[in-house]
Amino acid sequence: MSILGTRVIRTEDPRLLTVGGVYVDDLRAPELEGAARLTFVRSTMAHALITGIDASEALREPGVAAVLTAGDMDDLPPPPPESEGGGEGGPVPVGGPWSEPLLAADRVRFVGEPIAVVITDGGYQGEDAAELVSVDYEPLPAVVGARAAVAGESLLFPGTSSNVPVSRVPDSVDDSPFAGCDVVVEQDIVNQRVACLPMESRATAAAYVNGKLTIWHSSQNAQLCRLILAGALGMAPDQMRVIVPDVGGGFGAKVGIDRDAIIVAWACKHTGRALRWAETRSENLVGMTQGRAQLHRVKIGGNRDGRILAYRLDVIQDTGAYPRTGGFLPGLTCLMAPGVYDLPEVQTSFRVAVTNATPVHAYRGAGRPEATAAIERAVDLFAAEIGMDPAEVRRRNFVAPDKFPFATKTGALYDSGEYGAALDKVLAAAGYGELRAEQKRRREHGGPRQLGIGVSTYVEITAADAGAGESAKLVVADDGTATVYTGSSAHGQGHHTAWAMLVQDELGIPMDKVTVIHGDTDLIPDGVGTYASRSLQLGGSAVHKAAIEVKDEGRHQAAEMLEAAEADIVLDTDTGLWQVRGDPDTALTWAQVAGHASGGTLIADVRFSADRPTFPFGAHVAVVEVDTETGKVTLLRHVTVDDAGPVLNPVLAEGQRHGGIAQGAAQALLEEVLYDADGNPLTSTLADYAAITATELPSFELVSSETPTTLNPLGVKGIGEAGTIGSTPAIQNAVVDAVAHLGVRHIDMPATPERVWAAIEEARAQ
Amino acid sequence: MIPASFAYHRAASADEALSLAAEHGEDAKFLAGGHSLLPLMKLRFAAPEVIIDIGRLSELSFITDEGSAIRIGALTRHHDVEHSELLAREIPLLAHAAGQVGDPQIRHRGTIGGSVAHGDPASDLPAVLLALDATFVARGRAGTREIPAGEFFRSLFETALEPGELLTEIVVPKPANGAAWSFQKFTKRAIDWAIVGVAVQDDRIGLINMGSVPLRAGRAEAALAAGEPVADAAAVAAEGTSPGSDIHASRAYREHLARVLVGRALEEARSRS
Repeated sequence: MSILGTRVIRTEDPRLLTVGGVYVDDLRAPELEGAARLTFVRSTMAHALITGIDASEALREPGVAAVLTAGDMDDLPPPPPESEGGGEGGPVPVGGPWSEPLLAADRVRFVGEPIAVVITDGGYQGEDAAELVSVDYEPLPAVVGARAAVAGESLLFPGTSSNVPVSRVPDSVDDSPFAGCDVVVEQDIVNQRVACLPMESRATAAAYVNGKLTIWHSSQNAQLCRLILAGALGMAPDQMRVIVPDVGGGFGAKVGIDRDAIIVAWACKHTGRALRWAETRSENLVGMTQGRAQLHRVKIGGNRDGRILAYRLDVIQDTGAYPRTGGFLPGLTCLMAPGVYDLPEVQTSFRVAVTNATPVHAYRGAGRPEATAAIERAVDLFAAEIGMDPAEVRRRNFVAPDKFPFATKTGALYDSGEYGAALDKVLAAAGYGELRAEQKRRREHGGPRQLGIGVSTYVEITAADAGAGESAKLVVADDGTATVYTGSSAHGQGHHTAWAMLVQDELGIPMDKVTVIHGDTDLIPDGVGTYASRSLQLGGSAVHKAAIEVKDEGRHQAAEMLEAAEADIVLDTDTGLWQVRGDPDTALTWAQVAGHASGGTLIADVRFSADRPTFPFGAHVAVVEVDTETGKVTLLRHVTVDDAGPVLNPVLAEGQRHGGIAQGAAQALLEEVLYDADGNPLTSTLADYAAITATELPSFELVSSETPTTLNPLGVKGIGEAGTIGSTPAIQNAVVDAVAHLGVRHIDMPATPERVWAAIEEARAQ
Repeated sequence: MIPASFAYHRAASADEALSLAAEHGEDAKFLAGGHSLLPLMKLRFAAPEVIIDIGRLSELSFITDEGSAIRIGALTRHHDVEHSELLAREIPLLAHAAGQVGDPQIRHRGTIGGSVAHGDPASDLPAVLLALDATFVARGRAGTREIPAGEFFRSLFETALEPGELLTEIVVPKPANGAAWSFQKFTKRAIDWAIVGVAVQDDRIGLINMGSVPLRAGRAEAALAAGEPVADAAAVAAEGTSPGSDIHASRAYREHLARVLVGRALEEARSRS
């Protein structure tokens, strides 16, 4: 019986739960013995010219080896030329006049921007000395928020004429598709800036080992780190080694290697000293890239029978101080704008605006949750306007199951989907009819605790860069063990469990004899990494493909050993024994078969790439209680269908859904990065940044649904981002629904108590 | 997130703590559970040169029945206050409120005296002790004195304690009707400080985070004393307060919450008694 699809407990956990993981700052590698500590001097101004840096006092402190500034960086290649930028897998910044320096030279553009590094024998000394580095600023007007950026009264980059490095806005707007609609609704929607907030904040160590610049870094992909470092430092990739040990979460913010960590690598190269850096949480909340940060204008038109005829989404992306990824985030938002609906007309536009804030990059979903949030709010606004149940409006507009593969008006090709079935399943599991009846009872009773029911249906794009594929090398040795070298980089997902299951399933080598190795460019020079919900469908398919190749080679060896035709050789995947069909006496073990091969090993080194991305989908129902006197929202239930094709291991898939739902709920209800009018961050501690905790969440109710894709041999799609994408709009819709009878039409996220209370007050005043 | 350097002394007795405090004067701070002071030091908002650790003074950790009052040692952990059978029976408001402070880890470290001496208007227990009409006992080199809770909190993080004086005990009179209590802590998340909180014992009302000090809802209490109904008392609960505006709530919203929560607290206290 196949192990695939069964509940296999994670093999990673005994170590993580007992002795604990080994994260970058825990490393006790001999090469890092006596490594110096690196501490950043960060900008305290959002926008200013630097008129002087005086490190003399810091240099007199005990243990201070050096203070390095941009003036010391005379060994770097020139910045890249101006381009459109982009990229989920490989972030490509907009270069030219928009280039981001390593250490800021003459100008700072966000609070937290690195200006200098202090190198000390110990971390405490670094913190004290960094306070003594005196930076003289000449303040410039801070550009706070994307609207102010677009208005362009103060420009961030000399040599440019606006704060909009990238845009895709049509020359003229065609309003005619809305002209024939019974009802047209428009709404401004904020998809607020949030922190990525991995448990493990950023950490890097660097040392020269055997002549190679070796970087230990908390990342989602070692190979991309090396590629980016090579470009940034002007070195050949093979002069460097990147090692990724255990990683405590990434959520997109650890794709590749970012500016601060590149500075660490540069400082090691520049001084020749082994260095370590591990940021504090306060640094993390201003220094690590953040997510979302879009302003939406939606316009939706349709008829009173519930049919939607036209939809427009205009996006302004706050990209923070530097356009690190061009138009990639809003581009994905526009691509996914129509969601699960078969719409006759879809129009999109986006502008990317630079602001005096922490740069924005991928965050779990990266552009897709924003698209879903916009259209799912828009559909609810439309449903409210025509007085139809929001679930029914969705049902009347879904892409029908017989239309797949379905080409959207925005250029996506959805592979497979059963949107109506997903909605029906989730409504049944939630008891939608009873919930509506309970809501009616509470409304009639008129007390302060009102019930809200929110629905969202979504489709998302996973393995968007399917063509880049993923690598896998599988080695079966003459002791009967198997080793997988994967380019897919585990940072909490359970790759070690999943890859071992794939090997056991195909080869019959038990999981406990399978070792999975990742995150070391010397061992795996060629790999792509973990992001965009791509691991199983690309990396897993690569492991599967490698296993098939090893099996073919094993069959060849066994045939030789047993002096039989290959066609007569069979592998019993329950026992892992090779034999001539119908002759149990001929059984050979993997150890014997591998031992017969040249070098005593069977090796397959493969790459799997898919023709196109896959499109998982699902439906969420959130049930909230809103205290109408205080505005406080309590999430009572969250029920989901998240269909990402066949499930390899429900334990892992449910874990992804749980974490995703929690992060999505956090955006809907609590989390928001805030700045004051001068661009000072107001949420740089965890007392002020309201990360969600278990006490704010109910037990999630997960409904299974498995619609396969034909784009990979496992039939799987990605599950990593699904929970985040579906949950946010379901909860936001539920909050609005709870107070809709009081005249409230829309509440922006996060639906904090005060914001909900203010919306009720405003509606009552009208 | 790394404090400025400081000298550390661990006191073995209250007397030693006092003599260390006298020796180091205004450069010194007492460290009890550390859950208020250490975060401020890590953010470098506070940089005391000398820390006198009183966290292990078991002589100041007790809950004893004195007949008409209960005496609580200043270093009694929130967890011990929360789980005291004596308090649960005689002063359930205090036991319940101690169980609402922070999270379990915080309640195992944080102390009732530390919470009081820190003088943070956003802390739960000062307002609770105001509603309970408690008295604080302070010891200095000159001797011991008692300070009524109503005279203890002077301004933001400022109390009636003199430099070198150590808060040693909290004396809480047993309420006339112990059951007539309510504690309403309004937060976004369970682990947050209260945006606004209300503690009611009988007809005394303590307010959390409604000004620069923990305070009593004087106008609402006066309304109750004048025989006005709960709704009318609640309607004036924010009068005489001066809550701040911050990223968690505006002043107007805090005032609104005070009215709603005082109303709910009074209703609950009455329904219990």
